[in-house]
Amino acid sequence: SSAEMAAVLGRAVLAPLGPRLRARPRAPLRSAVSAASAPPLYDVVVSGGGMVGSAMAAVLGHDIHFHGKKIALLEAGPRKEYDHMPDSYSNRVSSVSPGSATLLSSFGAWDHVCSLRLKPFRRMQVWDACSEALIIFEKDDLDDMGYIVENDVIMSALTKQLDAVADRVEVFYRSRAVGYTWPLPSHSCDTSPWVQIELADGRRLQTKLLIGADGHNSVVRKEAEIKNIEHQYDQSAVVATLHLSEATDNNVAWQRFLPTGPIALLPLSDTASSLVWSTSHEHASELLAMDEESFVDSINSAFWSNVNHSDFIDTAGAMFRSAISFLKPSGTAVRQLPPSVAKVDPDSRAMFPLGMGHATEYVQHRVVLIGDAAHRVHPLAGQGVNLGFGDIACLAHHLSAAAFSGSDLGSLKHLLKFETERQRHNVSLVAATDVLKRLYSTRLTPLVLLRTWGLQVTNALPPVKVRI
Amino acid sequence: QLSLFRLTVKTPFRTSHSSVDSKEMKKFQLLAHKWWDEEGEYSALHSMNDIRVPFIRDTLLSMSSNYHLGNPLSGVKILDVGCGGGLLSEPLGRLGASVTGIDPLEDNIRTADQHKSFDPVLAKRIQYKSSSLEEIVEESMETFDVIVASEVVEHVADLETFIRCCCQVLKPEGSLFITTINRTQLSYVLGIVVAEKIMGIVPEGTHEWEKFVPPKELEHLLESNGFSVKTVKGMLYNPLSGSWSWMDSTSLNYAVHAVKSGAQGQSGPTDAPSETDTEQHSATAGTA
Repeated sequence: SSAEMAAVLGRAVLAPLGPRLRARPRAPLRSAVSAASAPPLYDVVVSGGGMVGSAMAAVLGHDIHFHGKKIALLEAGPRKEYDHMPDSYSNRVSSVSPGSATLLSSFGAWDHVCSLRLKPFRRMQVWDACSEALIIFEKDDLDDMGYIVENDVIMSALTKQLDAVADRVEVFYRSRAVGYTWPLPSHSCDTSPWVQIELADGRRLQTKLLIGADGHNSVVRKEAEIKNIEHQYDQSAVVATLHLSEATDNNVAWQRFLPTGPIALLPLSDTASSLVWSTSHEHASELLAMDEESFVDSINSAFWSNVNHSDFIDTAGAMFRSAISFLKPSGTAVRQLPPSVAKVDPDSRAMFPLGMGHATEYVQHRVVLIGDAAHRVHPLAGQGVNLGFGDIACLAHHLSAAAFSGSDLGSLKHLLKFETERQRHNVSLVAATDVLKRLYSTRLTPLVLLRTWGLQVTNALPPVKVRI
Repeated sequence: QLSLFRLTVKTPFRTSHSSVDSKEMKKFQLLAHKWWDEEGEYSALHSMNDIRVPFIRDTLLSMSSNYHLGNPLSGVKILDVGCGGGLLSEPLGRLGASVTGIDPLEDNIRTADQHKSFDPVLAKRIQYKSSSLEEIVEESMETFDVIVASEVVEHVADLETFIRCCCQVLKPEGSLFITTINRTQLSYVLGIVVAEKIMGIVPEGTHEWEKFVPPKELEHLLESNGFSVKTVKGMLYNPLSGSWSWMDSTSLNYAVHAVKSGAQGQSGPTDAPSETDTEQHSATAGTA
């Protein structure tokens, strides 16, 4: 081909300049001959078109300092059409924090979410199946604490906003990246300073900055040889769409800690809620296999039964509670009763394994990890996607400033600032979630007492609750 | 103890290289390939971009009414004198400016050309030329909107000629940005002894304290050669964090923004040279 001819001629012509011109495999040649054969160069490539990757590309595409920059989003799957939301709810939902909602509205996506469907909740009630210890989260000013949104709704909104900046953000569907070539940090003479990306179909791209948003099994992270601290919980999450026995305001998110794992009911509408039940793999499989009636019975029993109580714990808990209410009368909350479930949407039951993970580094020269690629948590804290959106807000802030200062976008200088800020925030949350998961996975009396009293104290102390 | 005499020895005859000092060139020759190692010998210059680029950008934005989203310096023609490996030319190019970078050392130009070649946008916006300022004056009369001379005037042999040439190639009301080092006891201790000999922040021998330029002297030279000085700001380098910040005192590093007088010959408000200027040409101890 003419490109190969040019390459051969180029090497022959430039060879007399000496040993500095050794050609490296998979790196473009000197610019004089590479104009014809060099892969297209982007300022930023985001690898992974899930909620976090798509939002990252959309945020940059809407940033005023990124006008004139070239951004690409690589998604392995096909483009999904979200024009018509089905009447039934999807079984994959996320709890979106107010901070995440702010990020999504900053580039016009939240309006789309609101025009589709979402359920705000005002209150979270979390309690222990082994005692009656309970903690209630509620915002004083009657603001929404958060929103339960189907993942498909979020993706629909993000896709719309990506379409709106299609002149700046190129989305490549059905484009799985299979290989990455990293540049040397202080690049020597003749090798390309950019990250080289090879797609499954053989196409190549170059980029000044690669953002890895490709999930907890991140290929970007593995290829960059960034160590990941990970742990598979011996738990799976069972999700389903449930219909309540009777219509209610349904603006409370419920979570009960069973010894086998937490069961959560997240409101979708006045009559429907989404189930997230983390339990052992065996129990999860049983739940999926059983008939719908038994499934509904199991859920109601999980929320209502007292089988895990012991008299000792009950008495100890009650004594502690009266002690607290003596010292701080307002410190014990009114317990609400969770709704009971009438039926489950057919075909809405599914399960997926759970684990935790945290990358030891979020950044390297020209590479940054965000979302689950950088950190993976247990769903019990409802944090997963919010950590990813928090990453996006922080990274976009630093990249915007870098673009406005004419800096090289892939420079470690501002990438390290992102890493420090986010690790400080994320590490404590990932660790705390992990500790909570382990603490609540037991019936052992001392630990139950510890967490019971701990929860009661936490419930009684407003400053601690606010921080959470 | 630091009673040094500043000998204003001018070269006996003017050559086309009169503002370029060949000894200086030799020093930079050895490091021509080290420019782009952000953690290497030039790391302090790399991090200086964090304050000098916003300074140039914001000053120019405040003086103009157009703003092109994403390219704040679009349409601005900039001359980067003593561009070295292109450390300052590239950010300015990324902000949309058309940059001409000149440096007397061919190896620097070669490094700069090579580095920009991989980015097609920069390759078009920046042109490098191995040349001294005097050599381009004739073909570039009143060509540039902006001249930046960052960390350069402490290396030139004849500062007044340098400034005169800047004035000639600058359009009327064009801007001149200079960053340089003051000649004080403090700058000797921190800028030479600590920075070069002890901590190695700057390669040893890079600077000669005698050639550091006090702000008053620079201001006087600028004002008497067609410029109106608008801003003088002190700069401070923190070797622990590797970062620069602005400070009130100009006793170490400082930055200057000056504007070439308009076609009517109107000068700015800072007209009359002050009495302190008469001290400049006599033997002085290190002045604070």
